[in-house]
Amino acid sequence: MTQSQSAYFLSDAQPPTRRHTVAVIVDNEPGVLARIAGMFSGRGYNIESLTVSETEHEKHVSRITIVTTGTEKVIEQIKTQLDRLVPVHRVVDLTVQGEALERELCLVKVRGKGDTRVEALRLAGAFGAHTLDATLNSFVFELTGTTEEVERFIRLMGAVGLVEVSRTGIAAMSRGAEGMLEAALPDGAQGR
Amino acid sequence: MSREMTGAEMVVQTLIDQGVTTLFGYPGGAVLPIYDALFQQDSVKHVLVRHEQGAVHAAEGYARSSGKVGVVLVTSGPGATNAVTGLTDALMDSIPLVCFTGQVPTHLIGSDAFQEADTVGITRHCTKHNYLVKSIEDLPRILHEAFYVAQNGRPGPVVIDIPKDIQFKSGKYEKPRDNQHKTYRPQIKGDLSKIKAAVEMIAQAKRPVFYTGGGVINAGPHAAQLLRELVRATGYPITSTLMGLGAYPAHDQQWLGMLGMHGTYEANLAMHGCDLMVNIGARFDDRITGRIDAFSPGSKKIHIDIDPSSINKNVKVDIGIVGDCAHVLEDMVRLWKDVAGQVDKPAIKAWWLQIEGWRARKSLAYKNSSDVIKPQYALERLEALTKDRKRFITTEVGQHQMWAAQYLHFDEPNRWMTSGGLGTMGYGLPAAVGVQLAHPKDLVVCVAGEASVLMNMQEMSTAAQYRLPIKIFILNNEYMGMVRQWQELLHGGRYSESYSAALPDFVKLAEAYHAKGIRCDDPAKLDAAIMEMIDYPGPVIFDCLVAKEENCFPMIPSGKAHNEMILPDFEGDTGEIIDAKGKQLV
Repeated sequence: MTQSQSAYFLSDAQPPTRRHTVAVIVDNEPGVLARIAGMFSGRGYNIESLTVSETEHEKHVSRITIVTTGTEKVIEQIKTQLDRLVPVHRVVDLTVQGEALERELCLVKVRGKGDTRVEALRLAGAFGAHTLDATLNSFVFELTGTTEEVERFIRLMGAVGLVEVSRTGIAAMSRGAEGMLEAALPDGAQGR
Repeated sequence: MSREMTGAEMVVQTLIDQGVTTLFGYPGGAVLPIYDALFQQDSVKHVLVRHEQGAVHAAEGYARSSGKVGVVLVTSGPGATNAVTGLTDALMDSIPLVCFTGQVPTHLIGSDAFQEADTVGITRHCTKHNYLVKSIEDLPRILHEAFYVAQNGRPGPVVIDIPKDIQFKSGKYEKPRDNQHKTYRPQIKGDLSKIKAAVEMIAQAKRPVFYTGGGVINAGPHAAQLLRELVRATGYPITSTLMGLGAYPAHDQQWLGMLGMHGTYEANLAMHGCDLMVNIGARFDDRITGRIDAFSPGSKKIHIDIDPSSINKNVKVDIGIVGDCAHVLEDMVRLWKDVAGQVDKPAIKAWWLQIEGWRARKSLAYKNSSDVIKPQYALERLEALTKDRKRFITTEVGQHQMWAAQYLHFDEPNRWMTSGGLGTMGYGLPAAVGVQLAHPKDLVVCVAGEASVLMNMQEMSTAAQYRLPIKIFILNNEYMGMVRQWQELLHGGRYSESYSAALPDFVKLAEAYHAKGIRCDDPAKLDAAIMEMIDYPGPVIFDCLVAKEENCFPMIPSGKAHNEMILPDFEGDTGEIIDAKGKQLV
């Protein structure tokens, strides 16, 4: 293995990385998404999935769900770096909290005739996908599920005339009665 | 109570309500309404700089020496982009600034209009926070919020980008209210159980060291006072980063000098050999830690910082306390009384004996000369001849900066202004302008190199306009000295582009700027020349011709640990010190 050439990190060891889902509540002000995405790119962190939408219109509050991969140290940095951004209300690591619910939605267009067409419809039925659009030689299916389910579905559709895929990225929420803003505060953070 | 006024008037009224008396700026098309509002009042003094970078550095100098927020006003496009280096500098060194930038009118944004730049986009990464004001109703809130954000938590620069049409529009202005910010509420008080655990750990240490930084300065003079109380009560050694100089008096016996790449032998070996490191308001920067996997291998570490993201970022610590240094120190001083009896006095005595051994190595010694002025000697004389005055020092960046940190001694906080994190050449001269405006009656000296000082030389004109008696003390070795030193150590002495060719005649240059020029190249005449500089009632450029190829030691070479320092009496081939691996590092 080659020696690291950075003054900041001299160890050859590659500590294990883990996938985390982080939910961030932000003030929906202009540029807030650029601020968050820029923090990730500027500090060299990964974004695997990012979902954002206003959740409380009157309060101008948005919820951002980020899926990222990193070492334990990097994940801690991501959370504290997010938390110190001025428009951020709250950062919660859903992966640390326990088995969070994670879903994404995909739209899949397939094209085909005869047996492939029948097979596509049969597979969609088996996955519980909805048929949103149908023509004599095509379908558009909608499937909501875990990332794994969605990917399995898309892989199978590849064999029956896949044309196009659109995915939303992950929306996530913790299980149980507790809301995100009520959850125990992370170490060092203050209620907002 | 609210009053009806224009956006431009709101900007000026906000300055008055926030207690701002001085701002630094440069006019242009997109800020003309604000300049018009400034023209019609006497409460706020505008200082006209000669380049927007100078405005930001001057505001930094003003802020760091006074503890107030520095304020900058520049126009759109080039005005804003010229300010970017200064903003980045303030972000890296956590200096509270509010920078107003003009913007093209709202309806022209995005059309590539004349002097349009995406200021909030460009400055998003070099500010703590920034705002583009899109309606007059938002302006009063944003104006006051910006001052809150700049000063609270870890301080930093905030940009408010105001389109020209918003400056003309009328709206209701309200005075700042003492209400809590919606989202930004940094933790000020430290977690008491952690502070208790930390204090106990401190009491039980056998080889402890305090390692303090700019956070103590930023927490205010009260924090420096509490630091002194705590350190004296423990009797433990203390060292500080470049940013933290002055928080603890340099003349005290417990003071080990600065640590890090050009720190003293005793400070770095104490860091390496300690069993407990107490980091107060510093951030384990790479200039401090050196090789991180060999950094203080046998110690437990306590870290106090107002920014939670600083904790465990570079170095994993055993106790991380989030809070303002002054508040945490106050708790520590109080709790110390309960545990003071647990201190292992013989162990601390043995530790001090070891440190005194390192100190006796005299790592700042140098070979003086009677023919040529050694830069170290010049600074020792500057120190001797100015130490009894209320004195403020700014620096540019390079060898002279490190020598100034080594040979000038600071007993008070806010007296030392230097570009630490970003290492901005061109910082010192404009910073001196800002410092002198905050302290009109005191001695302000910018220790400079002949290369750095030329980067913002135009600000001499500002000094002349406002009759600021700043003293620019140039250690002129005709090289970008630190670049040359690294080329000697790393690149076989091939001095690629590091010679300062075609230098101006600094004495004539001083005269051209209505200032006094002094040149000295004789060690025997140096004292008299320095006194002439100090006694002159106006701005001075002092061209001190020093030994050309002096190296700045001690030094931890890149890729090495604290216990592998090069000391000044090193005799051998300097080109062989750093191995192939180290040469790859910055």
